[in-house]
Amino acid sequence: MADYRSMWTELDLDLDKHDALLQALPGMYEGIFLTQDNRPEAMAYFDFVIGEIHGLRVKELMDHKASGGKVVGLFCVFVPEDLILAAGAIPVGLCAGTQFSVPDAEEVLPRNTCALIKSSFGFKVGRTCPYVQASDFVIGETTCDGKKKMYEILAEYHPTYVMEVPQKKTPLGRELFLDELRGLKVKLEAETGVTITGERLAEATALVEAKRSALRRLHNARKARPVPISGLDALLVTQIAFFDDVVRFTEKVNILCEELEGRIARSEGVAPADAPRILVSGSPMAIPNWKLHRILEDSGAVVVGEESCTGTRYFTSAVAENDGTLEGQLAAIADRQLETHCACFTPNDERIDDILTLAAGWDVDGVVHYNLQFCHTFANEAVKVEKALASKDAPLLRIETDYSDEDMGQIRNRVDAFLEMVRR
Amino acid sequence: MTYAGLDIGSRTIVLVEFHEGLKDYAILNTGPDPVHRCQRLLDGKTYQRVVATGYGRHLATTTLAHEAVSEIKAYAVGARHLYPDCRTVVDVGGQDCKAALLSEEGDVRKFEMNDRCAAGTGRFLEVMARALEVGIGELGGHALSATRMTPVNSLCTVFAESEVVSLIARGEDSRTIALGLHDAIATRVAGMVRRVGPTERVVFAGGGALNPCLRRLLGQKLGLDLTVPEQPQIVGALGAALVARASRARV
Repeated sequence: MADYRSMWTELDLDLDKHDALLQALPGMYEGIFLTQDNRPEAMAYFDFVIGEIHGLRVKELMDHKASGGKVVGLFCVFVPEDLILAAGAIPVGLCAGTQFSVPDAEEVLPRNTCALIKSSFGFKVGRTCPYVQASDFVIGETTCDGKKKMYEILAEYHPTYVMEVPQKKTPLGRELFLDELRGLKVKLEAETGVTITGERLAEATALVEAKRSALRRLHNARKARPVPISGLDALLVTQIAFFDDVVRFTEKVNILCEELEGRIARSEGVAPADAPRILVSGSPMAIPNWKLHRILEDSGAVVVGEESCTGTRYFTSAVAENDGTLEGQLAAIADRQLETHCACFTPNDERIDDILTLAAGWDVDGVVHYNLQFCHTFANEAVKVEKALASKDAPLLRIETDYSDEDMGQIRNRVDAFLEMVRR
Repeated sequence: MTYAGLDIGSRTIVLVEFHEGLKDYAILNTGPDPVHRCQRLLDGKTYQRVVATGYGRHLATTTLAHEAVSEIKAYAVGARHLYPDCRTVVDVGGQDCKAALLSEEGDVRKFEMNDRCAAGTGRFLEVMARALEVGIGELGGHALSATRMTPVNSLCTVFAESEVVSLIARGEDSRTIALGLHDAIATRVAGMVRRVGPTERVVFAGGGALNPCLRRLLGQKLGLDLTVPEQPQIVGALGAALVARASRARV
């Protein structure tokens, strides 16, 4: 990796702490990813992205800023990337997936807060994430109470704009969200000095749609038995989608998919055809949270899908054809975003349907419901998920955890027992 | 031909030897170096096949055992061997508790297991026995001798210990506190068992089943007759030994 120290200094990172973070990552990444058997060659690009995670990509963002562009941080799939791109700004998903930054957060936030919230907040107060440092402002949203109140505190450290996401999928909720999109457009225009025209927005949406379409192609490749790519690698690709350059990323995912489709044609897989096929459903897994996939795949299973915001909820639905006017496009984007079947909605039966559809279509042997501790919406919704799966005689394992490694043994225990149960 | 099952738990290591039937068993404390303890247990002995279970099972497969199985499976197989009509297994071990529902054929259909928290486990009772200055072996009898119960609200081992200390300071009888503690843990375990939808026969195993008060309260709360094997704490190791025999037969 090139020397980025002057850039990190410019970004006001806590260099010592940041060094400690970057020193831990390569060994961890190597142990989890590079030791996998029979990896697709096209994963080399994504390995490179991780190798340069706080380097080259951040430099691209800094170059963009130097030429007058803006960088906007975000935490959630409800924030429309295309609207940000249409303002000539670059959206980046922010770091939120490691225990490393949790102690910094716990100096301010209550301990019994979900790990994702603590990790993201800790990266800002600890000054260890170059992405949040590089961002001109961050866009929060009201998808859970913990985040909602955290953003108020985050605003003391970093410019923060919060958009409201409704709690019900009703016409009134849609109206509210559409109005939020209009408000966000005004905010983006004020920040960037760019006027978001219908034409600019259509171009941006096309870019994001191409990315989603590539991710859907990858998702579909995982239907094959034997599966041509590990769950770990597929999850990694989705995680990288949140911060990589949209055009380059789309191209690289399509190259990967070509390779995978070749493998499928030759019945080549990364795991034996009889390896238990697992669908993971629930809370998002922000980079570098690979804990559950790692345990599952180390134990002989293969993860074939993520019903998650770092999975299907990110890329399944598309912006519908519309009249091309700015208002028509905003409405289509609102409709698309509200098709995200997140547990923040009530009711949210569509998510249950999604899980059943995925379990059947991806030939799943068992579902693992993944729940970040203190994520009450998903924890409670798991009750309904369990009931629905039981009615189809589909096995479910519920895992509630955080980012620390202290419960790896207990999780492994339950995963081993679950895999013994579902193995055909 | 003799097969061995090794259950390397958080608190104890159990070795069971199986030769046409249960041949012998040994129980040791786990301690800080379980692999070394296991080596000592196995020293000078030869078995057709060794299968490990318990928390340390993966440690053991590198040097000591041929294969590892989960405790859920080990307890299910062990309980079915002792009681072929067993459909539900409950295990209260040192660091976890679990319940498994079995099919008529004995396959695990559903299971529940506590997560990282030690509430509802043997460890919880150990800590409370220490706070009450009663031996762990006597705690159940001590509680059963109470004429009334002092409710204990906390299930967290750390908080419950503080609660017990304040109950003692309030002048509560240690027997009534002990009964309250058992009631709290039995409520927790019963909730877990209900989640799998228990079907009789229900076998209650693990070290926790040695406790007469826990046996009685759990049975009452579930409204079910619990069958407790003569040596409930060796059921996991027995199951592992049986898995060793079965996989040998397949080879």
